[in-house]
Amino acid sequence: MPTPKDALKDDSQLRQKTMIADHFTRLSRAPDTGEKCVYTYVPGNLTELLRAFGTLPVLPEINALQSGMRGKSRDFIALAEKTGHSEDVCAYVKSDIGMQAAGNVGPTGERLPKPDLLLLSYTGCFTFLKWFELLREQYQCPTVMLHVPYQGEGAITASMRKYVVDQIKEKLIPALEQVTGRAYDEDLLKEHLARSAKAEDDLVAVLESAKHVPSPIDSWFGGVYYIGPIFTAFRGTQDAVEYYRMLRAEVEERVRLGKGPVTPDGDLERERYRVVVEGPPPWTHFRELWKMFADEGAVVVASTYTKVGGVYDFGFRHDPSRPLETLADYCMGCYTNLNLPTRVDMIARYVREYSADGFLINSVKSCKSFSAGQLMILREVEKRTGRPGGFIESDLVDPRYFSAANVKNRLESYFQMIEQKRTGVGVA
Amino acid sequence: MSALTDLLDRAERVYRDWRFTTVKEWKARTGGLAVGYMPVWVPREVLHAQGVLPVGVMGAGDDLEIIRGDAYYQSYICHIPRSTIELALNGSLDCLDGMLFPATCDVIRNLSGIWKLTFADKLVRYYDTPQDFDPARGGAFVRKDLEELSEDLARRGARPLTAAALRRSVEAYNENRRLVRGLYDLRRDAPWKVPTYELYVLLRAGMVLPVEESSAMLASYRAAVEADTSRRPMDQARVVLSGSFCEQPPLGLLKTLERSGCYIVDDDLAQVHRWIRSDVPLEGDPLDALVAASLHDAIPHPTRWSEGEKKGEDLVERVRRSRAGGVLFAAPSFCDPALLDQPMAVAAIERAGIPWTAFKYAENGGQFQVIREQAGTFADSIKLWSAA
Repeated sequence: MPTPKDALKDDSQLRQKTMIADHFTRLSRAPDTGEKCVYTYVPGNLTELLRAFGTLPVLPEINALQSGMRGKSRDFIALAEKTGHSEDVCAYVKSDIGMQAAGNVGPTGERLPKPDLLLLSYTGCFTFLKWFELLREQYQCPTVMLHVPYQGEGAITASMRKYVVDQIKEKLIPALEQVTGRAYDEDLLKEHLARSAKAEDDLVAVLESAKHVPSPIDSWFGGVYYIGPIFTAFRGTQDAVEYYRMLRAEVEERVRLGKGPVTPDGDLERERYRVVVEGPPPWTHFRELWKMFADEGAVVVASTYTKVGGVYDFGFRHDPSRPLETLADYCMGCYTNLNLPTRVDMIARYVREYSADGFLINSVKSCKSFSAGQLMILREVEKRTGRPGGFIESDLVDPRYFSAANVKNRLESYFQMIEQKRTGVGVA
Repeated sequence: MSALTDLLDRAERVYRDWRFTTVKEWKARTGGLAVGYMPVWVPREVLHAQGVLPVGVMGAGDDLEIIRGDAYYQSYICHIPRSTIELALNGSLDCLDGMLFPATCDVIRNLSGIWKLTFADKLVRYYDTPQDFDPARGGAFVRKDLEELSEDLARRGARPLTAAALRRSVEAYNENRRLVRGLYDLRRDAPWKVPTYELYVLLRAGMVLPVEESSAMLASYRAAVEADTSRRPMDQARVVLSGSFCEQPPLGLLKTLERSGCYIVDDDLAQVHRWIRSDVPLEGDPLDALVAASLHDAIPHPTRWSEGEKKGEDLVERVRRSRAGGVLFAAPSFCDPALLDQPMAVAAIERAGIPWTAFKYAENGGQFQVIREQAGTFADSIKLWSAA
């Protein structure tokens, strides 16, 4: 069996690592090079537009989750709580606030630049609004609120689209022109959008490869790496196009060879359970939880978290022929901007289409956008699919809310339940 | 005196009646629709103009044991959605033909989805209040939202919305808001005349009763307390209560704060009555006027983007205007908007040299001793050391 080190040697992973490292280096040098930096969020990020203005995106959630994975978030959160931030609220915010207080050194060990613009892409999460109010207090820089309407009725209307497009046209673009000194170049934006669509095609092919039995990928633990470039600073870049082409080829090769997904201990030898997962991972215990799954032979074949920065597998692609409208539709279509009935439909569809044995919810304390209503989702999806649902609780980056023994115990019980359903044992 | 007691008894009965008896009676009497709403940004005028009774649903307070509601939420979610679901599942909300969920937070937003999944036969709308305050952008968006709401109501049997009816409704709510503002002013100037727990039950009753009845109640109350010479000032500290805009504190907590030595001279309670700050103009198109009020005359709020305002300055201004000696930050546990707002509000308060203290509560909390001691100590410190 390959060692974990071997498992990290896929070309696509090396490529991604280089892309991210280069990006953070550019960010750290931005005060000297004069490159402008825009802080924004993953859901509803307008990377193509930012790149068309030559700006560099900074994603505070990504910095927070990286702090969680690197074991730094505990101290950052403590620092924020010392300065009056409640223990009840989102740990991403507190990790970010604490990181700034500690010198704003990013995940690669390099200092992050101050924002030239805060772009509050207000998509699917109320906390975003408060978070950028806090950052605006600190940085005193121009801030644009892009209000993205929620799909409360389960659809995007012409009025919603116009509202977003008008804000982009009349507020955001002038702000970017002001910050960068460049004029809006729609042809350049279209080029970025065309590249986005190419990368999105390949990402969807990767995600849908999990319909194969055995699945060549894990769509949650592995999936968070696959979505990395397209959900953050690289959508619309040639780097992203090449990364996803490379990743797709690797995954197709795994299918050809009948291989299972990569795990912390190398390739999974035997797929025993196929599950769909709703919710984000606990970043502070990411590998530990991944190992718990791998030890049971459990593979996540589809996940909702890999849709927070865009839902592409139901057909949406960025469309260069209608550049601002497509950006608006993208924002409104992100997963946490969908109402609960749509989320239930989506999970039930995943369970059926990916031949899952069941679905599991990881409910994180920090993110009420995800978590509020998940117990309802659990019941509804069980009712519609007849497959068992499981429920574990943790947090995004606050390690105080991860109880390994409790989670392990629940997972083992859950997988036993699947086994019983399969064999009919215990079923009247 | 007994008329006042009767009035307050009735208001408290309406406030505590989680079976919504008065709503059922109104429906039987009028044959109209009743539509529930959650805090804060509710265009009640539109409902009223279509002959619909707007009914504030603010959870169940401390009067109802939560059994099924807890099965819908994890421990780290606030209390109001649990008790609201409990009310729906125990049949208390059967009298409502629909529910509106204004944009205040992710929990209430997702509650709208639970409602859609659970009560498919009812009108359920998430009301996405604008965060862009340009009339041509946010204004056009919210106007369309209101028109869609109105069409939904009409499809369910409500009268179609007309400009004339809406103008009359705006007038009725303007009158109601004037009365509420008047009582807030009176409490600010003579808090011994208007104890907060009395004002509060009147406001809560006014969220369930027809607006005309609420206005009559408020006017009667004002006349009664102004005539009541037995209410005399006491040596209490003047405070602003901040952060209680969604899940409401139990009435016992409000009484406790006042008994601990505080006069609450401004607050965030039952804000549906005050989110529009002044009269909505009656000239021109009334829907446009209502939209304009929601864009430009709404109160600063933790759930509303603060365009160009320094966070917390509005609170400082409220403290000054109400001549308060300090701020009591009282937020519900796990309330993201209130608790994320608090550090910025505290910073502004501290910059202004205003004393403050903070605690959290749940709508069904029953033990107030610790808060009583905290508020009492705070009141004493204001009286002893503050220049206010």
